[in-house]
Amino acid sequence: MSTAESTEARTRRTPGLVPVAETLSSAERRPAEPVPPLPPARRPWAFWRLLGSELELTFKRPRNLAMLAVVACVPVIVGITLWIVAGDEAMGGLVADVAGNSLMLTFASFSFLVLLLMPITVSVVAGDSIAGEAGAGTLRYLLAAPAGRTRLLAVKYLNAVVYGYAVTAVVALSALVTGLILFPAGPMTLLSGSTVSMAEGLTRILISVGYVGAGMAALAAVAMALSVFTEVPIGAIAGTMVLVIVCQVLRAIPQLSALEPYLLPSRFTSFDAVLRSPIDTGALMSGLVTFGAYITLSLTIAWAHFSGKDITA
Amino acid sequence: MEAGAPIGASPPSAAIVTSGLTKRFRGGQVAVDALDLTVPRGSVFGFLGPNGSGKTTTIRMLLGLVAPTEGECSLLGLSRAEALPRVGALVEGPAFYPYLSGEANLRRFDAADPTAPAGTARQRIGQALDRVGLSAAAGKRYRNYSLGMRQRLAIAAALLGPRELLILDEPTNGLDPQGTREVRALVKEIAAAGTTVFVSSHLLAEVEQMCTHAAIMRTGQLVAQGTMASLSGGRATRVRIDTPDAAEAARVLTGLGLADVRVGDDVSATLEGHAPEKVNAALVGEGVAVRGFAVVRPSLEDVFVGLTGEGFDVDG
Repeated sequence: MSTAESTEARTRRTPGLVPVAETLSSAERRPAEPVPPLPPARRPWAFWRLLGSELELTFKRPRNLAMLAVVACVPVIVGITLWIVAGDEAMGGLVADVAGNSLMLTFASFSFLVLLLMPITVSVVAGDSIAGEAGAGTLRYLLAAPAGRTRLLAVKYLNAVVYGYAVTAVVALSALVTGLILFPAGPMTLLSGSTVSMAEGLTRILISVGYVGAGMAALAAVAMALSVFTEVPIGAIAGTMVLVIVCQVLRAIPQLSALEPYLLPSRFTSFDAVLRSPIDTGALMSGLVTFGAYITLSLTIAWAHFSGKDITA
Repeated sequence: MEAGAPIGASPPSAAIVTSGLTKRFRGGQVAVDALDLTVPRGSVFGFLGPNGSGKTTTIRMLLGLVAPTEGECSLLGLSRAEALPRVGALVEGPAFYPYLSGEANLRRFDAADPTAPAGTARQRIGQALDRVGLSAAAGKRYRNYSLGMRQRLAIAAALLGPRELLILDEPTNGLDPQGTREVRALVKEIAAAGTTVFVSSHLLAEVEQMCTHAAIMRTGQLVAQGTMASLSGGRATRVRIDTPDAAEAARVLTGLGLADVRVGDDVSATLEGHAPEKVNAALVGEGVAVRGFAVVRPSLEDVFVGLTGEGFDVDG
């Protein structure tokens, strides 16, 4: 209402109404308010407190714990199966390798799980991260708190990375314990035929956990990027799984072998580089570079979309 | 106050100022159209409008959930990041984690506020639950809360810290009459402590009972805003007399100087500042048989009908 004429027009049309301008001046007539205190300072531990809350939510949620339990069972089942089969002396290859040393079950378990089951667990948690909060409506309250969009995204991603490493560590620990119970401990024979001490073997398991976890972190970033585009968590989760499976299909087509190094799942299995003598650091490094590229690209997309998104759920 | 300089020449005493605030959604639908709203500090401000009139979109823009297409808004004269920790909000109903207890849910939202001291969280959460009467159900899972308890938990979440402004979107939705009364009492108590309360509602009566100021929205546009007195002030207080001597009564009223005398089933006129008891005495003195005498104050509903020529919920 900029001109007196329009004020008049409105007054005529709506008799008895006080024009907006008058409301303003009546507000000004109120006694002077005390100057508001300085804005409360951001607490130094605020980021970690929110991350703690996020981790608590993730690791108390029955669904997520059930997934950890499932991946923990697989090495036990694989171990027992191999232990039964190993009685048959004629078996060779993988069975002989695993039955010959307690540490080998960890690598066998990774190769069974790393292409499907572990990616499922990670994409459930990461795909649910933003979409789940949006679907439940809690996202609007987190942002009004105000959690801050970039901060929330960072916390959600770190949480998914921690969960990915937890899944990887659970698989390794379960396999290690099962292996130590069922199979002989001692020096480990590598794929290249040379033998390393048990301590060296454990170190190599640690390296492979670090590597596989990094792969899960890259997948988590992809799932997050999908998660910011939807309010239906199952959409982001299924979308990530479809990507993983499409990659497997592409890998199976020989004519498309040129694509293979760029597909994320191709790099998941490179953890077996630790079974070479010496460790094939080249394979590990190029895998890590690929993971880094996926993480950078996915998180950039997620941030670019989420930071300006209208939250209408 | 570098990034958060208040917009325009807004008075420092305003808790909410919007200027030309507009939201056009993809597809061209205009949810909020050039909204100029000023909510004075210390007021209980009723934000009225039928469902779908743009109230919730406005609130989402205030909280930074939705970006305005045009125009600006500011809370407490601060930048949004500085203002939001001092603002408690209830937006479009409660939303919590069903597998957590009420208390754990509040801890979660408290952790999301970067200015909330972790050390006092337990105490503040306890107080907030106590204020909405949920202490006994603090440990119960949200899944098992009734609709009324969920609504109260959402209000408790809005009261987690010291707030200068409360934004409550339809706070009595889903509450029974008892719960509605409790919310009204709570709002009054909070306002008495100096907090500005901005409450949206589609219930005229609710706003009439709680608010000192109000604004009326209709299809995305602001139709009116001001103090309750100024909003209904334009429509004068009337007397209504139930009498068999209608013509005589009308003559007396006109003689006294009352205006807009109408004779129908009963006789009514605007008071024009006359004391009702004197009017009654004059009528009786002139021998008019007065069976009933009523002073009718204009309600917001009358104002709304006067503004739009329609009932309130027609746009719903």
